[in-house]
Amino acid sequence: MNRVYLDFNATTPVEPEVLDAMLPYFSKEFGNAASIHTPGQRSRGAVETAREQVAALIGARPQEIVFTSGGTESDNHAIFGVVAQPILAVRASETAKHIITTAIEHEAVLNACQALEKEGARVTYLPTDREGLIDLDDLRRAINAETVLITIMHANNELGTVQSLAEVGRIAKEADVYFHTDAVQSAGKIPVDVNAMGLDLLSISGHKLYAPKGVGALYVRGGTRLRQFLYGGHHQRGFRPGTENVAGIVGLGKAAEIARKSLAEDSQGVSALRDRLQQGLLGNVPQSRVNAGAAPRTPNTTNLVFPGIEGEALLIALDLKGLACSTGAACSSGAVEPSHVLTAIGLPPEEARASLRFSLGRHTTNADIDFALNVVPAAVAQLRELSPTYRKEAVL
Amino acid sequence: MNAAVQFDTLPERAETQRGLVAVAMSGGVDSSAVAALLQRQGRTVVGLTMQLWNQRRLPELQGHGPAQHRCCSLDDVYDAKAVAQHLNFPHYVVNFEEQFEARVVRPFVDQYLAGRTPIACTNCNTDVKFEPLLRMARQIGAERLATGHYARIRRNNDTGRWELLRARDDSKDQSYFLWGLSQEQLSRSDFPLGELTKEEVRALARRANLPVAEKPESMELCFVPTGNYVQFIQAYSRESGISLQKGEGEIVDETGDVIGRHNGVHNFTIGQRKGLGFATGKPVYVLSIDPENNRVVVGEDNVLRKTTCEVEGVNWISCHTPSAALRAFAKIRHKHEAAPATIEPLDNNTARVTFDTPQRAITPGQATVFYDRDVVLGGGWIR
Repeated sequence: MNRVYLDFNATTPVEPEVLDAMLPYFSKEFGNAASIHTPGQRSRGAVETAREQVAALIGARPQEIVFTSGGTESDNHAIFGVVAQPILAVRASETAKHIITTAIEHEAVLNACQALEKEGARVTYLPTDREGLIDLDDLRRAINAETVLITIMHANNELGTVQSLAEVGRIAKEADVYFHTDAVQSAGKIPVDVNAMGLDLLSISGHKLYAPKGVGALYVRGGTRLRQFLYGGHHQRGFRPGTENVAGIVGLGKAAEIARKSLAEDSQGVSALRDRLQQGLLGNVPQSRVNAGAAPRTPNTTNLVFPGIEGEALLIALDLKGLACSTGAACSSGAVEPSHVLTAIGLPPEEARASLRFSLGRHTTNADIDFALNVVPAAVAQLRELSPTYRKEAVL
Repeated sequence: MNAAVQFDTLPERAETQRGLVAVAMSGGVDSSAVAALLQRQGRTVVGLTMQLWNQRRLPELQGHGPAQHRCCSLDDVYDAKAVAQHLNFPHYVVNFEEQFEARVVRPFVDQYLAGRTPIACTNCNTDVKFEPLLRMARQIGAERLATGHYARIRRNNDTGRWELLRARDDSKDQSYFLWGLSQEQLSRSDFPLGELTKEEVRALARRANLPVAEKPESMELCFVPTGNYVQFIQAYSRESGISLQKGEGEIVDETGDVIGRHNGVHNFTIGQRKGLGFATGKPVYVLSIDPENNRVVVGEDNVLRKTTCEVEGVNWISCHTPSAALRAFAKIRHKHEAAPATIEPLDNNTARVTFDTPQRAITPGQATVFYDRDVVLGGGWIR
């Protein structure tokens, strides 16, 4: 079966060049990067090269990059690291620490914040408008003397909406509050600069930018006071103990380098294809609309609502025809749960359930888009044919 | 039906056997065997597992340790996935939690609180499995939905109607829970196990090396993890803000004399003997439940036997609403032996059932299902 993958926000394939760069570090160059001897030094050299490559992608200094197991660990380390120090429990005499985040964050941030809330921290979840953008005045108003951390994602995974982090960074700086961003969906897709954005902490995931799964990075601005998250040996200056995943780190470095060099070109090509897909779907699926289409978005993402259908059924129907895309977020059983992001931007539940995300990749072709434009309108029509709600809506 | 129907062919469905078939997979041996059977017949199979109930809800019912072998437990979902992977067909988990709560759980609790004894499985079949799930199956391109029910479907060429029949294996027959299905629902459903015995199904599962071949059967209501429905009703009512205001009440005999106290009508079902909380000379049973006055009426066994009942929400399967009374065998609960009776339609939705001999514990909330030998004529809810 012809299979077309339009779910690159979920994950990306390892780029062949990236794989080539990694391969020596599985068996031939297997040294522990913490070892003193020559094999160890060779691995160390590879890790440090990767650190430079990742730093270059986001305008950081190499020593500010910590390699982790992925985006979730990076987010957790940043949030717990700032808020949970020096101890978790808030003594009665102390005022609760305050975090500001948004209602549309990834679960890695939301659930970390909720865990801290249970420990006594206070959390403000900034609302967004229908485009998924926060109001900077809301942010200013939310800051108080107890605020220790602002964590606001750069690009949203479901909508592609990009927040203006530079302005958030200025507000955070004025208020002297640490500023973290989950850049998992933006790094490699759009320019990211930790200095221009006034960031203290930033999370990256390898497998979203053509590196393997199981590796990520956390940028920590020099001088940031962050509580240790894992305890162990002295790897990565003791900041993130655990034997370094050398091959994975090398892959992340290589992928970061490729992304930095090809970002502008990729972005142009991909956004042209994305726009073609979006226009084609809007033109061929009656009543369809783009969610957050007016916001600045990552070039590869579009999220559409097809009123009168269940996104879950459409996703399955399309998968059976060979097209992979996504709806909402999967829970532990694999069932689709209503998207908190779509609900947060004000979609009624039935429209949130009727929404589908298409996310393109660096190697998506015109033929892939043709395929999608061929199967999606037909599948939506078939679903609507059997929908108990669609006809009624059409009459209204 | 042709008596020579072979083990794994369904001849009268030949015309519909070419397309995609969706299998409702619970992760148990029966529905897994259905998938294996259909695949062996050369059908293109897609597996669907319903996520119906969040097992983390009502934490007070959890007890200790992880949830094991319950409907919608992750173990069951993973079992279904393992079977699909073993047989190499696509499998999806689909979320029907909202529908399940609105159409099955809430009515179940409401019925109990109204002094009735509901059958959640029938609601689940009629209003979830063969409604939104069947619709989704069709939306994703499947011609029909196959399930692991032990029952049979055939088309009567004389009447043109789809008929529901008892399973060949009487000990496994589940037709009692399927009387609510419409012609449309029946025409799009497949019960491939209807011709098989449980032993044959196990053997088939073993031959296909299914990872669930030795999995024990589940007997409990899937959303009541402990099997203790009274506890469930109390916990669910608390969570949902349903008041159990009429807690304690009186237990009376047939003459209205108060002979004891009870702790809520939802603790009782007609014919119940245990748990009345007092001793009398002769064994007594719950005769009726009067939620209005919050009373439980008890009496001796002979009073428990009744000859008639009225049923509502009647669904006729093998025919349109009959114009006159008809003779049939009627079954008043799953494990009841169908007894000869006269069914008199009162209108399109109700009927009066008069048994030839008194039947024990005809229970409001349960269903009476009418049979002509193996054929399910229809059924209705006991008032």
